[in-house]
Amino acid sequence: MPTNDPHAHDHDHGSELSEMQLRVRALETILTEKGYVDPAALDQIVENVETKIGPHIGARVVARAWVDPEFKRRLLADATEAVNSVAEFDPVAAHLIAVENTPQTHNVVVCTLCSCYPWPVLGLPPVWYKSAPYRSRTVIDPKGVLADFGVSLPAGTDIRIWDSTAETRFLVVPMRPEGTEGWSEEALAALVTRDSMVGTGLPKSPAENKAGASG
Amino acid sequence: MTNSIHDMGGGHGFGAVEPEPDEPVFHDDWEARVYALQRAMGATGLWTIDGGRASLENLPPLAYLAASYYKRWFLGLERRIVTHGLVGEDEIIAGRALRPGIRLNRKMTLDDAKAMSFANFGRPAPGPARFKAGDRVRTKNIHPTAHTRLPRYARGKLGTVEAVRGCHVFPDSAAIGAGENPQWLYTVVFSGRELWGEEADPAIKVSIEAFEPYLSPP
Repeated sequence: MPTNDPHAHDHDHGSELSEMQLRVRALETILTEKGYVDPAALDQIVENVETKIGPHIGARVVARAWVDPEFKRRLLADATEAVNSVAEFDPVAAHLIAVENTPQTHNVVVCTLCSCYPWPVLGLPPVWYKSAPYRSRTVIDPKGVLADFGVSLPAGTDIRIWDSTAETRFLVVPMRPEGTEGWSEEALAALVTRDSMVGTGLPKSPAENKAGASG
Repeated sequence: MTNSIHDMGGGHGFGAVEPEPDEPVFHDDWEARVYALQRAMGATGLWTIDGGRASLENLPPLAYLAASYYKRWFLGLERRIVTHGLVGEDEIIAGRALRPGIRLNRKMTLDDAKAMSFANFGRPAPGPARFKAGDRVRTKNIHPTAHTRLPRYARGKLGTVEAVRGCHVFPDSAAIGAGENPQWLYTVVFSGRELWGEEADPAIKVSIEAFEPYLSPP
């Protein structure tokens, strides 16, 4: 909206970010000067979540479950043990629970009280997962939430919502897409999206994957 | 506070979920620093994860809703370091340290950060579990004033124990500095109709992770 107020821009979104930059920088300075934090450790913590943990770990786990029935059995029985056995660092996760989508039941994970999320296998949660719309509606209107993601399930599919109200964490094991017989674990992992492991999406089909790769 | 704005399950009026294609891990550098500061200060062991959550829940509702996720973390952390006597209000205002820090029992080192360990909240059981898979249970109608992980929408509801998840630190105690007080943890599943009434979609089931003190026999 046009305005004649020369100070209008002091209150826009961009200046809130600068204010936060200043406040956070000041807090880090205080905590460093007082000897409570080591800036090198802080850099490493950021590097961990930007480059080491992320949905690629969960995707590898799901793809292995698709090709290896014994691994899938272990994953569904004790996901912490199964995931730690394939992780490059250890222990990757405590109290991880894998829940399997079937033609009968589709699983969706939420945290209505805060934003609990399986960091070790999916990385940090996206903004929508932490948002009021997702936290409020998923337990009462999961079909509406899935529609916001462009997902509609076949009629007759039951929907199971997992509210992460304790330190247990949930990983959805989506159904293997059709037309992927004989695919390698690596090729399958490329179909496993983050949202499909939260339950707000489905894995990519071979056609979608090809379109994405060439586009 | 437990009947606070953070307990959002079942609420109306917040609008549509807005997925963001190719979302970055952090949207601004300060978010990354807040995340790191929170992790590093959490490692001092001066407060529990539940105490941390409680401090966010204590934000005034308008401030809670208005703040972005990491701003909320920042506000909670700022409040916590002052209440624990680590930093003075005068230092927050000055934007720099005015006195030496107090001695900490633990400080996150670079090697700790490289090890990337995630906390384990499992604890030895103080006694046998009261419920088993398949048991019908009713959640209690409780409204503790400090902190709880029993959401409002699932209080006083009839459900079924689906799994016993072991014995874990009890958030309601840990949040208020009353010790870990380990309790059995269960996955308890409810029908959509039990939670939301006869109009609810019969295809929906919702589970919570419920600590034993939240549950009664039906």
